[in-house]
Amino acid sequence: MAHSYTPGLKVSAWTKLRRERKLPLPGDVLVTLGQPVTAETVVARTELPGNVQTVNAANVLGVLPEDVEECLVKPVGSAVEKGETFAESRSFFGLFKSKCHSPVKGTVESVSKVTGQVLLREEPIPVEVDAYVDGTVVEVHPRSGVTIETQGTFIQGIFGVGGETCGELHVLVSGPSEPLEERAIDASSRGKIVVGGAYVTAATLRKAIANGIKAVVVGGFDDEDLRSILGYDLGVAITGSEELGITLIVTEGFGSIPMAARTFELLRSCEGRRVSVSGATQIRAGVLRPEIVAASMDGAAGREGSDGSVEGGLKPGDLVRVIRQPYFGKIGRVTALPPELMPLETEAKVRVLEVDFGGGSSTLLPRANVEMIES
Amino acid sequence: MTTIDPEKLNSILATDCGSTTTKAILIERRGSEYRLIVRGEAPTTVEAPFEDVTRGVLNAIMEVEELAGRKILDGERIITPQKGSEGVDLYLSTSSAGGGLQMMVSGVVKSMTGESAQRAALGAGAIVMDVIASNDGRLPHEKIKRIRHLRPDMILLSGGVDGGTTAHVAEMAELLAAADPKARLGVGYELPVIYAGNKDAVDIVKERLGKKVALVITPNLRPVLERENLGPARDKIHDLFMEHVMAHAPGYRKLMTWTPVPIMPTPGAVGLIIETIAREEGIQVIGVDIGGATTDVFSVFQGVFNRTVSANLGMSYSVSNVLAETGLSNIMRWVPFEMGERDLRNRIKNKMIRPTTIPQSLEELIIEQAISREALRLAFEQHKSLAVGLKGVQQERTISDTFDQTASGETLVRLDHLDLLVGSGGVLSHAPRRSQAALMMLDAFLPEHITELAVDSIFMAPQLGVLSTVHPRAAKEVFEKDCLIRLGSTVAPTGPGKDGATALRVALEMPGGKREEFSIPYGYLRLVPLPLGETAKATLRPEKTFDVGEGKGKERVVDLKGGVVGLIFDCRGRQPFKLPDDRAARIAKLNQWNEALGIYPPREASKVSVAELRPVEARA
Repeated sequence: MAHSYTPGLKVSAWTKLRRERKLPLPGDVLVTLGQPVTAETVVARTELPGNVQTVNAANVLGVLPEDVEECLVKPVGSAVEKGETFAESRSFFGLFKSKCHSPVKGTVESVSKVTGQVLLREEPIPVEVDAYVDGTVVEVHPRSGVTIETQGTFIQGIFGVGGETCGELHVLVSGPSEPLEERAIDASSRGKIVVGGAYVTAATLRKAIANGIKAVVVGGFDDEDLRSILGYDLGVAITGSEELGITLIVTEGFGSIPMAARTFELLRSCEGRRVSVSGATQIRAGVLRPEIVAASMDGAAGREGSDGSVEGGLKPGDLVRVIRQPYFGKIGRVTALPPELMPLETEAKVRVLEVDFGGGSSTLLPRANVEMIES
Repeated sequence: MTTIDPEKLNSILATDCGSTTTKAILIERRGSEYRLIVRGEAPTTVEAPFEDVTRGVLNAIMEVEELAGRKILDGERIITPQKGSEGVDLYLSTSSAGGGLQMMVSGVVKSMTGESAQRAALGAGAIVMDVIASNDGRLPHEKIKRIRHLRPDMILLSGGVDGGTTAHVAEMAELLAAADPKARLGVGYELPVIYAGNKDAVDIVKERLGKKVALVITPNLRPVLERENLGPARDKIHDLFMEHVMAHAPGYRKLMTWTPVPIMPTPGAVGLIIETIAREEGIQVIGVDIGGATTDVFSVFQGVFNRTVSANLGMSYSVSNVLAETGLSNIMRWVPFEMGERDLRNRIKNKMIRPTTIPQSLEELIIEQAISREALRLAFEQHKSLAVGLKGVQQERTISDTFDQTASGETLVRLDHLDLLVGSGGVLSHAPRRSQAALMMLDAFLPEHITELAVDSIFMAPQLGVLSTVHPRAAKEVFEKDCLIRLGSTVAPTGPGKDGATALRVALEMPGGKREEFSIPYGYLRLVPLPLGETAKATLRPEKTFDVGEGKGKERVVDLKGGVVGLIFDCRGRQPFKLPDDRAARIAKLNQWNEALGIYPPREASKVSVAELRPVEARA
């Protein structure tokens, strides 16, 4: 049978993890197996073929498409400067000249005898991939990249925007329920990854961008504010390529939601340490969640700990958190797991569980609406 | 193609490997007819850590074994043919795992060959990522950039009628060659490109693309302006889907050896069964499948099959996109209570980031069903704009057409001709009350005159679609008896009216001879229970501004089929259908309609106090 509960996000004080760092096209790997790297180390480099521009030379020159090749003053394969003539034709006993000028700096790539188009390829675009986390190269994928292994604290968020970055972590609130206020942001946090509590507003986030803060980690965020920051309504949760000048990681969900105590305490324990963060989120086949990695290479082997997520099925006594209204965010202990399908208020019959939220009485919940958390 | 003797098939096992769930059904011959025996499911295992689709298939089959109480597997092998009570005679499968089939299509003129190519790809079950055409308004380098950026599973290149100019086709081939596109699933194979354009340009296309991609030539999909020939391109897409895309997806190479029938893309298979039903019964059909990420709409009108997929309209992964596309006020117009924008937005986003959660309170269910109306409506709008007659065709007109001139490219979807509307997908198939599914479909599609409504009970249309390729009769029998749940018939007069004034008078002759007569005012709904399998003879007398299919004010006598909901008389207006602008009046109307059909239980019973909603407690 399928497991009908949602495993929680990974929140681990100490774990080993690997990250593949690959080029979009084959290129050069710049590091070797076993080499220690920092997050900023460039591990692989390549050049993407430049963009292509087309010029309808037959039209410009007033010749037939099959005659364009003869008009080239820069043969196929030659380099051309922007504005340079690459083809010309003469007419009326050579008295009048028509010329084709290159709209870009690049090379003459090909000529079509059917359409009379000349393709000009712009300069290659260099692409570099960095290590993203401090660690060691444990695998080299020839011509495509490497795998970096690291160890340390690892925390997953539920949703993020913005790409990868790295900086010193700084907690700006006193507890997980406290919102990150505008007044807490100033230039002293420049270049840092800052941690708030329950909530951040768009105004505070804008101030963080203005003050050069690299990333904000917070419990909840309003969708209205997300739209205001992005400038559009996010339709599908595939993020990571936004260029906002900041990375935002939300650990709990949309709205004002106190950060999970365990997540907050772990982040607080990383105060002043260098961390790598990524806002990239993808909630489709192949789920990708935003993450915070505080690598620690100072030989703490054997400290591998629990990651806060729980494997296996639910059982009475397990601690769960509700992840949907009307009890969204509440925590309780499983008191019963009735095997039969039970009707909800909606009249839908689903697999359920009974949870005690602390008052001694049980509440019926769909199993699909809880996530397990470590006791 | 393997030859299978349908008459020798006593048991059939079919799976559909979806993005999240693999569903298996067991069909057996009982006496002279084929029936669904059991259905099992298991999570799909295309992703890590399994990365082998066959694991999920075996798990789903094991559940079928348990439920049916008989052995089908011998270790990890399906026993075929059936021996005694063990094994099955045939195993089939469809798949949409790993994002389905993603294609880019190209034509010369966007509204002509571009649109034909799009129809061919959609009909084969693909998601069309973009349509590149000579006149699509983008500069050549922009097109090249776009082609490079997309990583489709396959490209369909068309353009030109046979014997026409080759220059534009050559230009498109050149753009493609310059972009040097890469396939989505890894670098290990060449990208399949199907050329289905002007036959005179075949050599040019071969010369430009032959060395860069896996080029396949098929007959022109628009050989003359007046006719499409989508079949060969569609078949080739299915072949290449198997050979290239599926063969590179984890575990599919193994799965392909288990079945003698090619694995079909799920939506392609659903299209086949809908096409089969429409053809065999001679009816006009619309089918819709609303999923978590996408919504597919299928239609058959005048024998022409069309399918569209709205790639980002769905109820979980794409739920936020429904809000982005339709706007908050369009969703709120279906919600019969007050709600703050900030709260609703956050709820929708929370569903997006936790897509497997389900509504627990009645309010949550109502909100979800409101969103579904908009997702269905938008998907249907997209469908109507693509399910059109051929554009660019000169029409022959006679003097009698003088007052009835239509432009080429008119939509084929005629709601007043629609006979059957079939809904499928979680929000419709699993709606706690069937009447909820009926009203969601009525609100989203606004069928006119007389239409029968149905839902696919457990979404087995994909498996039945692939079965229809080898055993059409078995597929049709199971579809009708076990797959479709007939909700009943709806009568919806078209025309303007005044709220509260009589729109329709009805005289019903119920089974057993009981007679009922009533009239329905404009702006109202009425439900008359009529059980499944029974028929009532209805005499419909619309008022002079209303039409039920015979013309304004003209009487119509018709047999109406019953169903699990019954007969729905919908006098809320068509052309136009309009909700009151005033908030209080709108909420009153929605409540009135909900009560008329008994859509929801009384809400007081399920109220959750505001204190319980906020503040949200911290995680441990």
